[in-house]
Amino acid sequence: MGRTIIEKILCRTTGRDVRAGDLAVASVDFALGGVDSSTPLTAQVFAEIGVPRLFDPGRVAFAVDHATPAPNEAIAGMQQATREFARAMGAILIEEGEGICHQVLLERGYVRPGMMIPGADSHSCTYGGVNAFGTGIGSTDMAAVLATGRMWVRVPESIRVELRGGLRPGVTAKDVILRVIGEIGADGANYQAVEFGGEGLAGLSIGERCTIANMAIEMGAKTGLCEADPVTDAWVRARSAAAYEPVAPDRDARYSLVREFDLEAVSPTIARPGRVDDVVPIEAVIGTRVTRAFIGTCTNGRLEDLRDAARALRGRRVHPDVRLLLIPASRQVLLDAMAEGVIQTFLEAGAVLAPPGCGPCPGIGVGVPADGDVIIASMNRNFKGRMGNPKADIYLASPLAVAAAAVAGRIVDPREVLEP
Amino acid sequence: MIPTGEGSVHRFADDVSTDHITSGRYRFLARDLPALATHCLEDLDPDFARRVQPGDFVVAGRNFGCGSSREYAPRVLQALGVQAIIATSFARIFFRNAINIGFPAIEAETAGIAAGDRLRLDLAAGTIENLSRPTTVTCRPYPPVMLAILRDGGLVAHLKRHGTYWLG
Repeated sequence: MGRTIIEKILCRTTGRDVRAGDLAVASVDFALGGVDSSTPLTAQVFAEIGVPRLFDPGRVAFAVDHATPAPNEAIAGMQQATREFARAMGAILIEEGEGICHQVLLERGYVRPGMMIPGADSHSCTYGGVNAFGTGIGSTDMAAVLATGRMWVRVPESIRVELRGGLRPGVTAKDVILRVIGEIGADGANYQAVEFGGEGLAGLSIGERCTIANMAIEMGAKTGLCEADPVTDAWVRARSAAAYEPVAPDRDARYSLVREFDLEAVSPTIARPGRVDDVVPIEAVIGTRVTRAFIGTCTNGRLEDLRDAARALRGRRVHPDVRLLLIPASRQVLLDAMAEGVIQTFLEAGAVLAPPGCGPCPGIGVGVPADGDVIIASMNRNFKGRMGNPKADIYLASPLAVAAAAVAGRIVDPREVLEP
Repeated sequence: MIPTGEGSVHRFADDVSTDHITSGRYRFLARDLPALATHCLEDLDPDFARRVQPGDFVVAGRNFGCGSSREYAPRVLQALGVQAIIATSFARIFFRNAINIGFPAIEAETAGIAAGDRLRLDLAAGTIENLSRPTTVTCRPYPPVMLAILRDGGLVAHLKRHGTYWLG
């Protein structure tokens, strides 16, 4: 009987012949040790464990990204504590304004195929875009990882998602993953890994694959993992000289579920407020008035996403009743988008540009909506209160659909606004 | 650390997220856990934090604790004196986080448990007796490592006791 990607990665990191269902202790390859909203707690638990040093400071990163610039003195204090802990431990520090932890770790080549990377953020599964096993853990688990370099794992079962064909114009990776979540459900992959492969994957960029892997957690998954291919190799090689070993599943690997998705059959898709898996074709909500639009986050704040949105903004103006907020996922994304004139397009259309980071997504105090606001966002979660105000409604869609809605003042089919 | 006791039920539905349990907008209170806990679950039940008594139970449906990895979520429930969370299923990060701080998150069939019911938990026996019905449901057994962590009072105590993760 063959093995899935996650079984193979965990065979290596546990040094044992493990299969789904087994419990084992794994040695991690890298750790996102903390972000500004949780590092003080992690540092406190780390001190309780009583080990003076990180398992390997060169393989641990901390980030100040979840609420930048700081909205109040308490958050500023948590950010300062994050910096101080990272410096005291000699770890890698991603500073305010450099970008969202996941995006920066990917850009700097810390994330490579086949690696196991627990992270102090639930969207650590983004690393699956480059065939790495990222998984979110809490502060106590992370403190133990920082002290020992190890964590216990239950080897998960896997769901296999086979992607066929190619995306049609106006349809994006976000529409694909929303469609997958709608079918699998908000807890349909709980305790499992979701493996993405098939010939349809070859046509997707690393940014698009990261969008797909990023939202595996919204089905409850431990991780999302894309197969590696020459696209992956070219992307990683441009950012790291380190050796790595891509991990492919065996042909006779065993899955709990295998689903095929024909990319050509996917149309613009949206999640309605309250539940990420309340997914409908965008036609079902066309005409819904919006008051805010937000493009950014670890899901959809990359260069591909900004380019996509700019197609709907070029030569147009944001509707007078709408505020469009743009937050690039990283400083590098911002610089690249500036060089291409994409930022110019956003600003000429009337968008508000805020510095790279998580922005209003975690709702800690940056860009909070008002009571009654209806938001269309390129984010990953739409739970009540998610952006910091429970009296606002959040729709989740692609950056292109967000930009199209920002111009129209209501939800529209993004295919209608594309240039011929 | 394994609780055995009676308490009243506070009932919640499916898919309670960590944003519901402790919203990001109160993160500025993170270093003052009792203050943070006063806002626990307020977007779903504005009076919950005022009403809950030490020893009470939070009972929910599927996928309790979905969403972010914030460990403040189980910590605020623990700080309020909640004896255990009983749900049909848990999101995995929340489940680990709860056990890691020595706070029982218990998987069991909750369909027959209503708000205000009195429960008696016997975690060693793996049973939840509903004194208001009366019926008894069985707790889903923990993997050995999680049971050991819970028995030791959390992951920090577990590591100090065993020197590593004890897998059974």
